[in-house]
Amino acid sequence: MELLVEGVSHRYGDIAALENINLMVREGEILALIGPSGCGKSTLLGIVGGILKPTSGRVLVSGEPPTGSLNPFTYVFQDFALLPWRTVEGNVALPLEHHGLPESERRARIADVLARTGLTEFRNAFPKQLSGGMRQRVGIARALVVRPAMLLMDEPLSALDAQTRELLMEDFLALWLKERITVVYVTHNLDEALRLADRVAILSRRPGRLRDVVTVGVAQAERTQPAAQMRLAALHDQLWRLIKAEAQVAEREVIEDGIAGT
Amino acid sequence: MASQALEGRLREVPFRGGGFVLVRRRGAAVIFFAGLIAVWELAVRSGSVSPLFLPAPTSVVHALYDLAVSGALWRHISDSLFRLVFGWTLGTAAGLVAGFAMGIWSIPRAIGVPFVSALFPIPKIALLPLLILWFGIGEASKVATIALGVFFPTTIATYSGIDGVPRNLIRMGQSFDLPWHVILKNIVLPGAMPGILAGFRITASIALILLVAAEMIGAQYGIGAFILSAGNLMQTDQLLAGVVLLSVLGLVIGAGLSRLERWLLRWR
Ligand SMILES: Nc1ncnc2c1ncn2[C@@H]1O[C@H](COP(=O)(O)OP(=O)(O)OP(=O)(O)O)[C@@H](O)[C@H]1O
Ligand SMILES: [Mg+2]
Repeated sequence: MELLVEGVSHRYGDIAALENINLMVREGEILALIGPSGCGKSTLLGIVGGILKPTSGRVLVSGEPPTGSLNPFTYVFQDFALLPWRTVEGNVALPLEHHGLPESERRARIADVLARTGLTEFRNAFPKQLSGGMRQRVGIARALVVRPAMLLMDEPLSALDAQTRELLMEDFLALWLKERITVVYVTHNLDEALRLADRVAILSRRPGRLRDVVTVGVAQAERTQPAAQMRLAALHDQLWRLIKAEAQVAEREVIEDGIAGT
Repeated sequence: MASQALEGRLREVPFRGGGFVLVRRRGAAVIFFAGLIAVWELAVRSGSVSPLFLPAPTSVVHALYDLAVSGALWRHISDSLFRLVFGWTLGTAAGLVAGFAMGIWSIPRAIGVPFVSALFPIPKIALLPLLILWFGIGEASKVATIALGVFFPTTIATYSGIDGVPRNLIRMGQSFDLPWHVILKNIVLPGAMPGILAGFRITASIALILLVAAEMIGAQYGIGAFILSAGNLMQTDQLLAGVVLLSVLGLVIGAGLSRLERWLLRWR
């Protein structure tokens, strides 16, 4: 499915969070959404997936979700949002429960995503028994079990330590390379964006405006190879220059806001 | 590894941690209570305490035995249990419904909070005379007193429990298009369960207090009525036997709730 964000603005009371965003998400790509803290990335992701109503503008889709897709726009959350009273398997089963699938299909879907995310042997564990990385695997498995047309990921790795993040990122990429599901991936982290994304959209500080959309132009599978390093380093520089000034101002702004708020 | 030259000047770093850690000492309680009962028994037998004011533990046990043999014990216990279970269940069911409504919808919350705040502080036993006028001196007024006493704390525990359910989990449910009742059953209810169960502990003890008070005001049978009549006849051994029964009842209820908690909250 393709998706078109058309003139979207959003306000929270007096705070303008987003201003006139025009953006396209193409079938089968990973679009990274990057920008300073508080610029409205989560807000935009909420609007894209239809859990937040924009103050103005609209979001359009074309194409049909794949057959068997139970929830075309599916989120993966920064804080995992797992039910602590359910086991891994129970958490993954949650979004299937009200669909009344035949028992055999339900089981097959769950077994399949648990295997793909490497969770099969943890299926009876409770979230508190798992490390952060494993918890996010459950979050990803729960998202995949509904066969989404589009994954909306809000800083899915930022609650994890650097090594876990690296490992999970590689595993997620391997998963993605097999399916090429469409992904909107919100992150703070430039390296993450440059490892995963086909295109990187940069938002300005609040109110978030679209500064630029940069195409990476190197296939994900080739990005770890020496030949790609020049191009990636140059991109990194270019993006960092765009973000740096914004981030510096945004940082001060957040602090001033905090003082004004008290 | 210390070199020979340093050896003479080395001291061990003094240990300053430790303490403030509670370890399991199961035997201690048994020894303490056995000692307490032994001292009590000896004090009465030696004549330094009048058995009229404080009968010996053995007399209390004897009184309990006599009661059990005569069959009166069962009558008192079953009457009390009936009132307790019936009243508590009624109050809890109503409290859960009201608490859920107040936890989920804005209008019940807006109406309910001032209502509950105004009525919760009234000691419910003060309403017994009124309830007797309404329902008569029989079982209904006692059950209603207990139910009323249980209702308000259950309501508060339930809606506070629902307030404590992380909103991100509810948003997660919505993002998967879960229907309202699925979110309620699978996210809100289990999330509020710790708070609701903590409320059960409070309401169980409130129910026990109200039970005894109501039975003392107007009942022929029941542990409260039994204690009161034993007091009036200065049968302190029987009186204490009744108190022991209440203590055992409270312990059994507490242990039952602990089991329920361990089972329902095993994910914690
Ligand atoms: N429910 C809300 N009510 C009021 N203001 C909000 C609300 N949600 C977000 N905001 C504000 O809107 C702005 C954008 O928020 P948003 O969460 O979309 O930013 P973000 O880019 O995701 O930030 P972060 O990088 O911290 O995740 C922020 O300044 C935030 O304080
Ligand atoms: Mg965010």
